[in-house]
Amino acid sequence: MQTLVCQPAGAPALFSAEGMVGVVFLLTVALVVAGAMIAVSARRLVRAVSGLAVCFTGLAGVYYFLLSPFLAMMQMLIYVGAVSILIAFGIMMATPEEQQTAGMRHRATLAGPLAFSVAALIFAALTVLGLKTEWQVFPRQGTFDIKAVGMSLLTTHGFVFELISVVLLLAIIGALVLAQRGRN
Amino acid sequence: MQLLNLYNCLPTYLVLGALLFAFGVYGMVVRRTVIGMLISSEFILAAASTNFMAFNRFLAPDPAVGQVFTLFIMAIAAAEAAIAVSIMIAVYRNYKSIETDDMVDLQG
Repeated sequence: MQTLVCQPAGAPALFSAEGMVGVVFLLTVALVVAGAMIAVSARRLVRAVSGLAVCFTGLAGVYYFLLSPFLAMMQMLIYVGAVSILIAFGIMMATPEEQQTAGMRHRATLAGPLAFSVAALIFAALTVLGLKTEWQVFPRQGTFDIKAVGMSLLTTHGFVFELISVVLLLAIIGALVLAQRGRN
Repeated sequence: MQLLNLYNCLPTYLVLGALLFAFGVYGMVVRRTVIGMLISSEFILAAASTNFMAFNRFLAPDPAVGQVFTLFIMAIAAAEAAIAVSIMIAVYRNYKSIETDDMVDLQG
């Protein structure tokens, strides 16, 4: 297993500081996986959205482990605080009572197992790809701090930053127009 | 205990990203409502962000780039969710349903 990129490589004891960090990381990953399972398989849509929020909370923890507290905060703010709530409002506004069970009538019997096998195949392929590739580590030049992110956002990626703001503005206007249409 | 050092290893995050992507694809196929498909698409985007953040942490020379790209993905995902929910509400007004089986006016 020489291909694994571990920095630093090692095996901390369970009751050391690093070991506790490892335990917390495993709990975070369990949160992500459990939330994703609930979100994909729950019958009631409200439960699916709750699973989505749980999964994104766990992902914020994963981002924290990837040395980016700023992104973890943004994940909580945007995904857990905004997107999940938005979808929950969508469910409340646009779902008749009898359809809140995610629609299980006259589904093709083959769709479930077929989808599962396709997803399992994709997962296996991506996993093998991730484990077998010889990743090449480049010497580090920048830092992880939020100042570097802000500088890069306003200098190197300034044009994309402006473009994203235009996209968000158009999305707001488009959402208003779309939701207004047909109201009488 | 090698298990406790997993958070310092790149493949852990790649496997997590692959798992999220597979969940997204599975939900996309299985779900019969527009909201269910929207939730699944969020998982696919989250998988992409996780991979970007992992490569950013372990391999990239400049660690700011991956964070900026993940921020862009978040912005696009928020815009996409807003548009999708408003389309869903408009569809619900016309069809009184959000099931994909009911939206067959174009004989799709």
